[in-house]
Amino acid sequence: MTTPPYFVEAPASLLPAVLEAVGLADRYIVRDSAVGPVFVAYNRNGISACVLASTTDEASFVASFAARFGRSVRLDPAPPAAMVARIDRALTGHRTPLRFDLRPVSEFGRAVLAKTAEIPAGEVRPYGWIAAEIGRPRAVRAVGTALGRNPIPLLIPCHRVVRTDGRIGDYAFGTPAKRAVLSAEGVDPDELERLAARRIRYVGSNTTKVFCHPTCSAAKRITDRHRVAFAAASAAVESGFRPCRQCRPTVTEDAAA
Amino acid sequence: MTSNAFRAAGVLRGVDVDRAFLDLVRTHQDAVYSIALRWTGSAADAEDIAQDVFVRAYRALRGYDAKRREDLLVRPWLATITLNLCRNRVRSSNRRPRSVPLDNSPDVADTSRPSPPDAAVTRSEFDDVAVALSRLPDPQRRAVLLHHAGGLTYAEVAVALQRPEGTVKADVHRGLHALRTLLPARELPA
Repeated sequence: MTTPPYFVEAPASLLPAVLEAVGLADRYIVRDSAVGPVFVAYNRNGISACVLASTTDEASFVASFAARFGRSVRLDPAPPAAMVARIDRALTGHRTPLRFDLRPVSEFGRAVLAKTAEIPAGEVRPYGWIAAEIGRPRAVRAVGTALGRNPIPLLIPCHRVVRTDGRIGDYAFGTPAKRAVLSAEGVDPDELERLAARRIRYVGSNTTKVFCHPTCSAAKRITDRHRVAFAAASAAVESGFRPCRQCRPTVTEDAAA
Repeated sequence: MTSNAFRAAGVLRGVDVDRAFLDLVRTHQDAVYSIALRWTGSAADAEDIAQDVFVRAYRALRGYDAKRREDLLVRPWLATITLNLCRNRVRSSNRRPRSVPLDNSPDVADTSRPSPPDAAVTRSEFDDVAVALSRLPDPQRRAVLLHHAGGLTYAEVAVALQRPEGTVKADVHRGLHALRTLLPARELPA
């Protein structure tokens, strides 16, 4: 049909206003992190994305956000101060209550990310630990994939998940960035690699007979004299040690030891 | 192109509604805005109403199951919502477009709302088509609006207005005939 005679074009401001009104428009801010400035996007459901500013310019970020999420995003001229403060705290590794918009993430992915968010700053856990904790001990590879798809790196700390053999592993922002963030949080990536090379997966105290992941805060308190190293949880259990209740080493048969 | 953005999509999950909704707004925003503008006569009011139409549409769609969404005739549905909101707005604020001389001098000030910063611009561009249409009997006004501002086919107008298609056609023709005297300076459709 040809254009109707009384037809007028809607103003350009209408579409963005509608999207905002129904919660389909996100906003973003630029904040500093251990790996440089990051774009943090959010909407009324929570934080929706975190992207390294050095990997993209703002125009590309806006375009790729729209392509990925099907929503528009624009710079927030007046972000709520309390929220910005919480984001900054989280970016320096402090445990901070934040809401996340995980609508595009699968149920499995959400379980993975929720568990990842429990890992304290200064500690790391293996992919296998995540899998076991969410009741899917065989799904180690799927855990890795889900973490690779984490829409909100840094704020959901997938950098604190390492390979089952103890090596650092992959990261959306690249392995050097993962090492940098871990360092900033007080984890020595070189030490992790050294332990991995020596096949030390767990450490225990022969006074308490408790064994932990090496980065567990309890493990760090074990003095050299009392420290025992294990290559597998089964070895620890056989030696009469029990798993730490804080960091919960995986002891089920199915899991990678 | 189909007037129903959802027909092809077979939408099911919440995420799909969101994506289809974006298309829906892009596709239909001009028509909805045109109807609102040619009813209220005010660009500011029309934009408010249009936004409201789509917000309501979104909320409704999220509540519909897949079948209902697929069967939805989007253009008449949106047009009906638009007309209802136009009527409600005018009723609640007791305003109607006033006759203005065709030399576009500013309208009588509307004192029921505080003036927006660009009020002078809005008033001086008070829509002459809307004014003329407001002088028509309701059935003709709506029929002309939906067909010639909203771009609905006669069949769609009939669905939106719940009137037989033949009646709707007659209303459009009579409405245009009346408009020729009210808007002599304008070229009207045949």
